[in-house]
Amino acid sequence: MQTALEVHNLTVSYNRRPVLWDIDFELPEGKLIGIIGPNGSGKTTLLKSIMGLIPLSSGYVQLFGQSLEEVRHRVSYVPQRESVDWDFPTNVLDVALMGRYRRSNLFRRLSGADRRIAREALEKVGMLEFAGRQISQLSGGQQQRVFIARSLAQQADLYLMDEPFAGVDAASEQAILTLLSEMKQQGKTVIIVHHDLQTASRFFDHMVLLNTRLVSAGPTKEVLTTQHLQQAYGGQLTILSQVADIIQDRDFPVREKQFQDKP
Amino acid sequence: MNSLIEFFSFSDPNVTIVVLGSVLLGASAAIVGCFTFLRKRALVGDAVAHAILPGVCVAFMLSGQKSPLILLTGAVISGWISLLAMDYIVNRTKLKADTAIGLVLTVFFGLGIMLLTAIQHSGSAGQAGLDKFLFGKAASMSRQDVMVFGTTALILLILVLVFFKEFKLVAFDPDYARSAGLPVRSLEFLLATITVLAVAVGIQAVGVVLMAALLITPASAARFWTDDIRMMVFLSAVFGVLSGIFGSYISYIAPAMPTGPWIVVLLSILAFGSVFFAPRQGILARLRLQRGNTRKMLAENILKTFYALGEKEGSFLRPRNTDALLQQRAFRPNTLKRGLRRLQRRNLLKKVSDGKWRLTEAGFEESSQIVRRHRLWELYLNKRLSLAADHVHNDAEAIEHILTPEVEAQLERDLGYPILDPHESKIPPGRSQK
Repeated sequence: MQTALEVHNLTVSYNRRPVLWDIDFELPEGKLIGIIGPNGSGKTTLLKSIMGLIPLSSGYVQLFGQSLEEVRHRVSYVPQRESVDWDFPTNVLDVALMGRYRRSNLFRRLSGADRRIAREALEKVGMLEFAGRQISQLSGGQQQRVFIARSLAQQADLYLMDEPFAGVDAASEQAILTLLSEMKQQGKTVIIVHHDLQTASRFFDHMVLLNTRLVSAGPTKEVLTTQHLQQAYGGQLTILSQVADIIQDRDFPVREKQFQDKP
Repeated sequence: MNSLIEFFSFSDPNVTIVVLGSVLLGASAAIVGCFTFLRKRALVGDAVAHAILPGVCVAFMLSGQKSPLILLTGAVISGWISLLAMDYIVNRTKLKADTAIGLVLTVFFGLGIMLLTAIQHSGSAGQAGLDKFLFGKAASMSRQDVMVFGTTALILLILVLVFFKEFKLVAFDPDYARSAGLPVRSLEFLLATITVLAVAVGIQAVGVVLMAALLITPASAARFWTDDIRMMVFLSAVFGVLSGIFGSYISYIAPAMPTGPWIVVLLSILAFGSVFFAPRQGILARLRLQRGNTRKMLAENILKTFYALGEKEGSFLRPRNTDALLQQRAFRPNTLKRGLRRLQRRNLLKKVSDGKWRLTEAGFEESSQIVRRHRLWELYLNKRLSLAADHVHNDAEAIEHILTPEVEAQLERDLGYPILDPHESKIPPGRSQK
């Protein structure tokens, strides 16, 4: 099986304090993969680091065996719904069309093909009938589906979604789940940050269990053991957070220059 | 009236220059300001405007002349330094954005005033008029000024048009834009430069102190009228243009009146007008909506009272006097009278004799639908929210007025087409079931 994502010795700091320590795992292609962990365990930070949105303190990320820059067109990101202001003066179709913006059409108007792809993406999430609606008039679940449609319009192979099921009504949840299984059948890889342990085993084939450090990564059955869950949900490691405090207080680097990890 | 014709015939070349200048500056600031507004950087715009003053002064001290191009360069440089300073403070210190903005604004402006005072006391030739940067000098713009600022404004407009969709995405969701591989850093740099430029030329019209108004007020007024960013940018430009024209006109008929402050006053009037009169989002529209709701609730409550009395006595269409209605439900007597008359006009009630009313057929139908919604909701609360039967009434009193036919249909399906409510009262049949 091909590797869709490799995270190698990844350490990420926020305000100089490490919030992810030496995360190291590989994920296969063509699976639905959940990133699970308690609040503040660094799930969103991990996703943002993979997408190159936060500077890394150490380590590297490879997608399909290449750097993000090289395979950007094969990767799509769905941010947390709350990360934007939904009062922004625009409509549903416009947001879906944003999935067609790229470097190659910087100054240009979008083409008819772009419009068709955006409409298809809306259709897939069941939001085409709302194409002209102002985005503030959508329910939380509908907003989430619009975000997913925007990502689908990118026509990528690997999708990274941040909490697509958070605050979503039952109908939207079902629509998203159906879509995910379709995507899997087409051989797409979807990595999803998810907060709900109850549904996790039902939704995902693979899992990454986090709590500032990696607890376990692999097929769901192997990851979801009582021992792993205790490790993940039993609080952060005391020594690790003490060391993080010292790094922040004294402004130490987390890596010396001659010991950088390279692909 | 004469002055109006005189002014708008543009026979006076001076008028033409001033109007052209004010319009170009107003429109470009208004358009660029839309993005400042949507990115929630209104105060940053204000700080940049104030921070431009020391740049203008230094440019004058170094060159010794008031050439607009040189002063503009100085303005842009110090505007940019202020942006970098704010970014640096936020990213590298524990200070938050509001403090950074306050610090940069006051420090730069203080420095600017200091330099300005020094220049004025140096007795250097040609310094006269530099203080106009404080409150603008729209009325005394020269042809050369308008050429330079007009060209700048035009370049700004073209840049915004060319990068419109990218600026929109950067304002809406910069993280996503970065994830899609767009050069967000460069776009943000461009947007910031455009803002600094718009501010730098805008202060010609209204000055450093009032510049934020030229940038932000048109955008915030426009936002009230539309939910489409293209329309918003267009309206914002129209507001900028209108206030530019009429600001110059007012200072033309009353030469003692300063143009810049008048432009700002006119913009503020437009903004207040928008806050009050805009459809849907305006205060007036909200009030009208609320009044409509109050009337709907009163009408439905009266009809429901007739239904309740009818249910008690087994006869829905019998006439009732106001006392009986008041006994059943605590209306304010005058309000009740108004409500009864309105229902009569809608042919839902019929006045039988003085103080006696009865339901018409249509009125009975309407009243049973309200009771139906009330009881369906009570049952839903009881079944799905596990609320005790004696706790559901007050909630349903409000929600009965809100339920739409679609929600009503869903409720009915969800509850399995029920017949009785939690108090064992009969739920009247829906319109479709007859």
